[in-house]
Amino acid sequence: MTSAGQFHRIPVSERREITCRVDGKPISVFEGDTVLTAVLTFRRDLREFEFSSDLRSGFCLMGACQDCWVRKSNGERIRACSTLVADGQEIVTQHGGKTDG
Amino acid sequence: MVEARIVIIGAGPAGMKAALSLVEAGHRPVVIDEAQRSGGQVYRRPSPAAERSPRALYGFEAARAQRLHQGFDAIADFIDYYPETLIWNAEGRTLDLLYNGQNQRIAWSHLILATGAMDRIIPVSGWTLPGAYTLGAAQIALKAQAVGIGQSVVFFGTGPLLYLVAYQYAKAGITVKAVLDVSAFRQSVVALPQLLTGGRTFAKGLFFLAWLRARRIPVLRGITPVEIVAGTDQAVAGITIRTAGGKLRHFDCSGVGFGYGLRSETQIADLLELEFAFEHNHRQWLPVSDDNGRASTCGVYLAGDGAGILGADAAELTGRRAALVLRFDLGETELAAEIDTLSARLNAMRPFRHALDHVAFAFPERLARNVPDDVIICRCEGLRAANIRQMARDTEEIDLNRIKAFTRLGMGRCQGRVCVAAATAVLAGAATDMSSTGRYRCQAPVKPVPLRAFLGGCDEQV
Repeated sequence: MTSAGQFHRIPVSERREITCRVDGKPISVFEGDTVLTAVLTFRRDLREFEFSSDLRSGFCLMGACQDCWVRKSNGERIRACSTLVADGQEIVTQHGGKTDG
Repeated sequence: MVEARIVIIGAGPAGMKAALSLVEAGHRPVVIDEAQRSGGQVYRRPSPAAERSPRALYGFEAARAQRLHQGFDAIADFIDYYPETLIWNAEGRTLDLLYNGQNQRIAWSHLILATGAMDRIIPVSGWTLPGAYTLGAAQIALKAQAVGIGQSVVFFGTGPLLYLVAYQYAKAGITVKAVLDVSAFRQSVVALPQLLTGGRTFAKGLFFLAWLRARRIPVLRGITPVEIVAGTDQAVAGITIRTAGGKLRHFDCSGVGFGYGLRSETQIADLLELEFAFEHNHRQWLPVSDDNGRASTCGVYLAGDGAGILGADAAELTGRRAALVLRFDLGETELAAEIDTLSARLNAMRPFRHALDHVAFAFPERLARNVPDDVIICRCEGLRAANIRQMARDTEEIDLNRIKAFTRLGMGRCQGRVCVAAATAVLAGAATDMSSTGRYRCQAPVKPVPLRAFLGGCDEQV
C-alpha cells in the first residue's frame, strides 16, 4: 500500500481489510492496526498540540508519553498507540475537529 | 476482607519468568500488564490478527522469545492474568487498577515489580515534530504493527538499540539513510576488554555493525545532533548534525528514531514509598534492594529492567530470582543454593553491561546539560530549556520538585517519564552531582484515568 502517510507498511502476509473513518473520511486499514497506525498510514500528523499550532504524531508508541490521545465519535478519549482500530470505527482527531468545525 | 494475593506487575521477560517460577511451586499469582499481550517491549507480540513468524518478529532471539511465550501461555489456567490493565495507584498493600474500563482494587501479600524501562531522551531542536520517535517506538512500529516510522529514516543517539533497530529496519526493506552515534569509536576501544566478556551479545553487536557497513549505510561515530528539520508540511524532512570533525552534515529523511540508552520505570515503586538511592552507574534514582532483589518494604521484590538496566537475558534471571526469593521467604529454604547461583550469574553479567552502557555508549551528559535554550524539554507542557533555567536562576532552586511546582515541568500527562532525564541534566547545569536536583516525585493517577471508571463505585474484588 503506498500513501502519503508518516508510517510505511512493510509487505506481510494477507490480513483482513477493514474500514474506519478519520474525521469523517473513510479509510481502508487492516485488522490488528492500532488507531495510530490507521491514521498515520494516511497522513503525517495525528493531532494539533494543545498550546500552539504545532502538530504531533505520538512519540513512544508504548503508552508512556501520552502524546497520541484522540477521540472516538462519542467523545471518549483513547490512546491511539495502544488501541486497536475496529471495523466501522469513527475517530476524531483534534486537528480534524478544529478544521471541520 | 479480600484475600491478599501474590501480584506480579509486568508481563515482560522478568514478569513472565517470575510467574512460571511461582506456578511451579503451586502458587496462583495475579499478573497485571498494560499491554494487550505478554512479552514486554522486547518480546512484544502483535495482535492475533497481525501475527507473524517468530523469526520475522524477533530475529536472533526467536527461539528465546518462543520459549518464553509458550511457557507463559501454558500456565494461563494457573494465573489470574490482567492484560490491558493500568495500575494507576498504589497505597499501603493495595493497588488500584483500571481493567475493562472499571476501577478495581487488589490487596497484595507479596509484590514483584517488573515494570521495565523506556528510552532515555535528550531533546534536540525539532524532536516534537511528526516523524520523530524514540528508538523503542521505531522498533515497536516494526515489530507489532509491521510499519516503519517513515519511508526513509535516520537513527541517532547511542546504545546497542541504535544498531539493532537500524539493522531491523534495513532488513525489512526500509531505507536507512544513516546511523549516527554520539559515542566516539575510541570509547568502544577503551571498553573492549570488558565488552569481550559479553560473548553472544557482543558478537551480535559486531554483526549488526558489519552488516550495516556492508550495505553501505553510513555509520558515523562521535557526532553531535544539531536539528531535526521540518518540511513545508511541518513534519520531519531531515536531520542536521555536526560530525566528529566539526563539519555540519544534513541527511534527508521522513522519519527519525533516537534514544540514549534506557531508563528504568519506577513510578509504582515511588507510589509504594520504597526507599530510593541515586545510582551513579545507572544515572537515575532507583529503588534500593538487598543482594537478592528484596526491596525496602517487606514482601516487595524487584526484577527486570525496572530495577536497573541489565537487558532482557538478565531480566529472565532476576524474574526467576524474585519468585524464588519470595518462595524462600515463605519457607522454601532449600532454594538458597539456586538463589545464590542466580545472583552469581547476574553479578558476572555486570562488567559487560557497565562497559556497554557507561563506557562504549555512555550517556552524553554534556549534551543533556547543554540543551539549547529554545529547545522544548517538556513536550506535554511545551516548556523550553530557557524556561527551566530562568526559573532556577530566579528562585535559586535546583530541586526538580520545586521547579515542577513553579513551571509545571513534568506535570503534564506523561508525569515526567519522557523529560525527567533531560530536565535533571539541565537543572544540574554546572553542578557536578546529578543527584543534587533531588528525586522527581510522581502522583496518582500515574496515567490519565477516565472519571467514568469510578461512577459504578469501587469493585473491592479481584
